[in-house]
Amino acid sequence: MGVNDFSIQVATVNGSGSQSANAVLLRALFQMGIPVSGKNLFPSNIAGLPTWYTIRASAEGFVARKKEVDLLVAMNAESAREDVAGLRPGAVVVYDEPLGLGALRDDVSALGVPFDALVRAVTGDARLSKLLRNMAYVGVVAQLLGIDLAEVERAIEKQFAGKKKAVELNVAAARAGHAHAAGRRFAAGALRVERMDANRGKIVIDGNTAAALGAIFGGVAVVAWYPITPSSSLTEALIHYARKLRLGPDGKATFAVVQAEDELAAAGMVVGAGWAGARAMTATSGPGVSLMSEFAGLAYFAEIPAVIWDVQRVGPSTGMPTRTAQGDLLSTAYLSHGDTRHLLLIPGSVEECFTMAGEALDLAERFQTPVFVLSDLDLGMNVWTSDPFPYPERPPDRGKVLSREQLEKLGSFARYADVDGDGIGWRTLPGTDHPAAAYFTRGTGHDEQARYSERPDDWERNLRRIARKIDGARAAMPQPEAAGSGARVGILSAGTSRWAVEESRVQLRREKGLETDHLRVRAFPFADAVREFVAAHDRVYVVDQNRDGQLGQLLRLELPVELLPRLRPVAHVTGLPLDARSLTDEIAGREDPS
Amino acid sequence: MSEAARAAVPRTNRLGLALADYKGAKTTLCAGCGHNAISERILDAFFEMGVPPERVAKLSGIGCSSKSPAYFMGRSHAFNAVHGRMPSVATGAVLANRRLLALGVSGDGDTASIGLGQFSHLMRRNLPMIYVVEDNGVYGLTKGQFSATADAGSTLKTGVVNELPAIDTCALAIQLGASFVGRSFSGDKRQLSAMLKAAVAHRGTAMLDVVSPCVTFNDHEGSTKSYGYMKDHDEPLHEISFVPSFEEIDVEYAAGTSVDVRMHDGSHLRLRKLEEDYDPRDKVRALSRIAESHGRGEVLTGVLWVDPDAPTFLDLLQLPEEPLATLPAERLRPPREALAAVLEEFR
Repeated sequence: MGVNDFSIQVATVNGSGSQSANAVLLRALFQMGIPVSGKNLFPSNIAGLPTWYTIRASAEGFVARKKEVDLLVAMNAESAREDVAGLRPGAVVVYDEPLGLGALRDDVSALGVPFDALVRAVTGDARLSKLLRNMAYVGVVAQLLGIDLAEVERAIEKQFAGKKKAVELNVAAARAGHAHAAGRRFAAGALRVERMDANRGKIVIDGNTAAALGAIFGGVAVVAWYPITPSSSLTEALIHYARKLRLGPDGKATFAVVQAEDELAAAGMVVGAGWAGARAMTATSGPGVSLMSEFAGLAYFAEIPAVIWDVQRVGPSTGMPTRTAQGDLLSTAYLSHGDTRHLLLIPGSVEECFTMAGEALDLAERFQTPVFVLSDLDLGMNVWTSDPFPYPERPPDRGKVLSREQLEKLGSFARYADVDGDGIGWRTLPGTDHPAAAYFTRGTGHDEQARYSERPDDWERNLRRIARKIDGARAAMPQPEAAGSGARVGILSAGTSRWAVEESRVQLRREKGLETDHLRVRAFPFADAVREFVAAHDRVYVVDQNRDGQLGQLLRLELPVELLPRLRPVAHVTGLPLDARSLTDEIAGREDPS
Repeated sequence: MSEAARAAVPRTNRLGLALADYKGAKTTLCAGCGHNAISERILDAFFEMGVPPERVAKLSGIGCSSKSPAYFMGRSHAFNAVHGRMPSVATGAVLANRRLLALGVSGDGDTASIGLGQFSHLMRRNLPMIYVVEDNGVYGLTKGQFSATADAGSTLKTGVVNELPAIDTCALAIQLGASFVGRSFSGDKRQLSAMLKAAVAHRGTAMLDVVSPCVTFNDHEGSTKSYGYMKDHDEPLHEISFVPSFEEIDVEYAAGTSVDVRMHDGSHLRLRKLEEDYDPRDKVRALSRIAESHGRGEVLTGVLWVDPDAPTFLDLLQLPEEPLATLPAERLRPPREALAAVLEEFR
């Protein structure tokens, strides 16, 4: 805690228009070159319930949620007392004066600000003043922390680009807050910002938008979806950018997006489009994945490309729709009845949301199977700082598709024959103009020619070939990312857990002298490197954002049995993004029980 | 060529293909099943319309009806999907490749029970495809339970009486937005053939509910989907003839005795009136006439409703003429500068 190292929590009422103000505050810090991240903790509600936004500045570049709040902006009467009670000693509170929080605790410094009076000087419009109160707290916080007011104004101009009146009013409100705070001579303790140069060339973007752009540049052609939090903004961003990027000069769209009647139909459309040769995807969350289970099994067995984004939220059932978790690892890995095993990609950054969106389309067509991309609410809906995304250099991999000309030379083909020894058959697309092109796609038992069969040997040969095919995908999928080497203790994680793990490793070293290595899994079925990592460490802490340690359970199913005693589950699910402190305390406690 | 030699040459269509080129595998359905007759009518219609079998995608759900695409047009790709979900698979396939002529074959269970949601939304979208319901009022593959199109009061062989009202898929389809809706009977060769050919010519969704008796589980006294019941209660609205766009009209009817519907592709659906005032371009009349027929215990057959020029889902989506499935990479992936420009928004 101190210079360029703090977390701000803004507590407001959902629907009160604080989003723009929080974005401006985050952006002002970003413009000052300080590593910064933001997390929106919001309720499943349109308006009225409490909502919190946390902004973390970290000179060292840590972007996981910070457990302790250093500066609270309390604007919500409903949650204010509890919010203040939860602060660490020494924290700072900026509060809306009528809330009267000043005397609640004597171990925090509190500044009451008459926000209504401040914005009255800016506008007489009651509706506007409700919104401008938010920009006034931005001004107050900027003054307390030393954020350059000019950067706040620049951020306002970007936020309200092209809306002159809105820019003027918001700048006035921020200035009013800034001036008021300056007059109060209130000391925010050690909390302070100084310019850095950590953000040169960087972008700030959410994972869902990144995924949408990745799909557009990956050549997706058919998208079917059913709205569900937290995935809706992925498809909405896709529609927005595809209209800009994927219209021909004749105004014709090189994509089709269908809002389906439910997730079953969305999955069916993706499967139908994949069968007919278009790159197709859907985006959903856990409850949608449950509904897609039937089609996932069909696509696996009939061997049809499909990409399914699962932006995970807290389950089971409706659970906590606006809170984050990684609880769909097990359900997606083996989704549907009978023998299934699916390819999973697990992005751990917005850049990977972009790159994996394209990779998923390639893998689905190459291996003729569903590919699940397991993002989560934290990654998908929060903004992250990132290097610009790399343009996809490799041409799209459309897989083994026989053209009319190839078929003419061959004379015939068998859809499910393993002619290349990799378990992947050749397919033809419907509409291929050759009398031998057609085959009968079915979810029922079939032989190599795709004919109906209940013969035991046909069934077994086919299922074993598919298993070989899926297993063979491991080498083609993104390999795990390793950090550290030679430690006796290892940490395994997947997806957004990495951010807390990376910070926790530093804490463990500094505070306990404990060296750890980290392996971040990026795909399932697991690469060989995962087994090697476990084999190379005495103890491996497997970090999960779910109750039962699903990544650990998957490892137990897939690793050699002699390695299993090394695995130590560290599983947390609270609905909040994982923080480093919780990990550090747990791992340190288990390493040194004294 | 001698007369004998000429007779040995099989009749060919405008593509030079013989009827044999439209055949499929041998049926495994029961002898006498109405579905087999429908399969024959379908392959006849596609043969006579000169549709290249390679252009056709046959889609189905689950059930006896949904097995039938294996039994006709073996040179067409087929997709036997999951129960009640064929509409979504067909939607995806047509969006991927709009040049496909999609033919969906479903049953009354597949459409009116498990698949009612997808059926309804397919009709709303007016996706270019033919959707045939092979309607026998009973679940065959699971051995004889009522389906949701069974009429109230009809009985199973075991004597069980259906107490619930029937869902009329035609009335639903008309209300929801399908642009060609008809009902026929597997035993009416002439009517069904003409309607299938018109369906091939139609540009939006053509929904045909075809009563198709189940000889094993629902062809007894007390069934309203039996051959016997249809013989007594089939109430054709008109005599249908279809003149494809590539043929000349050679029969003229006296004024006022027929309705001539010009289809979008230039073909003509000619309906010789058996009912004085029925015009299948009148939606309200169609719905009220269907309701009247239920009251009378009739099975009203014929082209119930047609809107030949209604915009389709493909029009709404502004898709190009070329299939999305086979667009070259350079049309699917925007250029390098486009990515740089978009990312600039996030700086």
